[in-house]
Amino acid sequence: MNRRDFLKMMAALGLSGVAIYEGVNSYGVQAAETGKNTSARHWGMVIDVSKFQTAADYQRVAAACHAYHNVPEIDDSKQEVKWIWEDDFEHTFAELGSRYLSEEIKVQDFPVLCNHCENPPCVRVCPTKATFKRADGIVAMDYHRCIGCRFCMAACPFGARSFNFVDPRLYLKEVNPDVPTRTKGVVEKCSFCMERLDKGLQPLCVEASRGGIVFGDLEDPDSAVRKILGENFAIRRKVELGTGPSIYYVFGGGSAGA
Amino acid sequence: MLEKALYGSKLYYAWLGFLIMVIIAGLLAYLHQFDQGLGVTGMSRDVSWGLYIAQFTFMVGVAASAVMVAIPYYLHDYKEFSRIVILGEFLAVAAVVVCILFIFVDLGQPARIFNMILHPSPNSIMFWDMVALSGYLLINLVIGWTVLGDERKGSVPAAWLRVLAIISIPWAISIHTVTAFIYAGLAGRAYWLSAIMAARFLASAFAAGPALLIILCLFLRKHTSFKTSVPAIQSLAQIVCYAMIANLFFFLLEIFTAFYSNIPGHMATFRVLFTGMDGFNNLVPFMWGFVILAVIGITMLLIPPLRRNEKYLTLALAAVFVAAWLDKGVALVLGGFAPNAFGRVTGYIPSLTEITVILGVYAVGALLLTILYKVVIDVRVQSTAYEH
Repeated sequence: MNRRDFLKMMAALGLSGVAIYEGVNSYGVQAAETGKNTSARHWGMVIDVSKFQTAADYQRVAAACHAYHNVPEIDDSKQEVKWIWEDDFEHTFAELGSRYLSEEIKVQDFPVLCNHCENPPCVRVCPTKATFKRADGIVAMDYHRCIGCRFCMAACPFGARSFNFVDPRLYLKEVNPDVPTRTKGVVEKCSFCMERLDKGLQPLCVEASRGGIVFGDLEDPDSAVRKILGENFAIRRKVELGTGPSIYYVFGGGSAGA
Repeated sequence: MLEKALYGSKLYYAWLGFLIMVIIAGLLAYLHQFDQGLGVTGMSRDVSWGLYIAQFTFMVGVAASAVMVAIPYYLHDYKEFSRIVILGEFLAVAAVVVCILFIFVDLGQPARIFNMILHPSPNSIMFWDMVALSGYLLINLVIGWTVLGDERKGSVPAAWLRVLAIISIPWAISIHTVTAFIYAGLAGRAYWLSAIMAARFLASAFAAGPALLIILCLFLRKHTSFKTSVPAIQSLAQIVCYAMIANLFFFLLEIFTAFYSNIPGHMATFRVLFTGMDGFNNLVPFMWGFVILAVIGITMLLIPPLRRNEKYLTLALAAVFVAAWLDKGVALVLGGFAPNAFGRVTGYIPSLTEITVILGVYAVGALLLTILYKVVIDVRVQSTAYEH
């Protein structure tokens, strides 16, 4: 290899390096927690269900989320759209088939939302890449690209996705201009508040939960989420399916904050 | 050649008129759905695919079944099928068009359908289904139309036609395999998550498709100059019989694995389908209908005197066809959503709008099939007239 070829090769390598870095970086969001700018980030959540005791605890969280994200209020369980809601242990963790549950667990409700899986089946099946996984682990959606085939809804093992069976704008009392409203015929779900993360803010449900939900980087051993997981018994939904949910449930987060 | 479809008997015109009226009704129903959204159907957050996708799945099978005529004819030189092979190919053409329309009417944002080509996603089975189906449509249309053109002119079919015909064989297998993969690769749906799904799909298809083809041949023989030979009918009937036996056998394998292993998730849907669950038992009659009709159809086809009597044969084939439809055109897709991700069962009843759209789409298929078969029959009459 002569000098000329070597220089050419180095230039090409450098350019592609910049391109890759730019590509990754454009997906990354400014860290709310650590301020580090690495692509190895993996946003996740720990939900301390002991902090959700009354119906008001959920309603506050769900109402904040749904109002902010322009989620329509459709009073029909078949056509409703929901990003975060609650269900009991028996159904949230149906595959555990637990018997003789303590009274406490039996009446305990569990907040459920998109699990932002590590290997999201919804991303795998989407025929238009309208659902995609960002470098920071968020499973995001492009509502303008979705063709409404609902393959993702068949693929999601968590029932986290809603379809706009009707025009959602007719069911909005107020419109938050910071977040796009959706049209009929597209699928939607929790976005992990990526618009807020981009501004350095925490997801809204975290704020509204008053310590019941902790958000952070699962890859960072010093993050709040990892500290809680290091000190508590935590479970995730349907891990046997291999999707790698990023939502952990703990029962009393102890001193670490949850 | 197409001009031959313009002239026919009064009955022919009446049939076309009837189909066009059904198509218009379907179109109006679809416009209502297009305007209001899929909320006008019976589908829901939990049962997110309904009869549209179920019909699509069933009709892919009917399309693939043309191969059951093509294999004996092109690979084994079975001459009895030489006259009907084109009927199989044109049935496939009409069936694929119906499939594509069912996908289209199921989309929430149909105007964006070309996003599938604009942003090709090979990781999605839907992408491969699009490739397989459009390729299969093209292959069958080209083969059928060229063979017919040669027949009209009395020329010998070109060598490339044979190559294309042989390509069409694995291609037919592929369309139904890929369609099965839409379901069989989803981790959260136990009823669909089965390695035998593609094989079961093919068996069901090779029963239902040829059953329909024989019924069409018998109809044509009675009412037109197109006479299918008795050996051809009987050979196809045997194919139907063994394919349906395989289909039922594969279904029993599913039941064995689910119930002997005793895994709750794998048994749940079978319970919903055969006995009902949580007060949801709409699908129970459909499922038992499938079992009963399948057994009746197979038994009748297995008894030679019944099979040779074309009256009973028609009944047996109708039983097989309806059985396969109840299983794959209704229960399979709906069953996958019951129970849902939370172990609950949500009901599904198709709306009137939805049913009208379905009838409209099937009418498009019937219209296309009528026109194609009409051309075939008239070309045949003409070419036989020249021979004599």
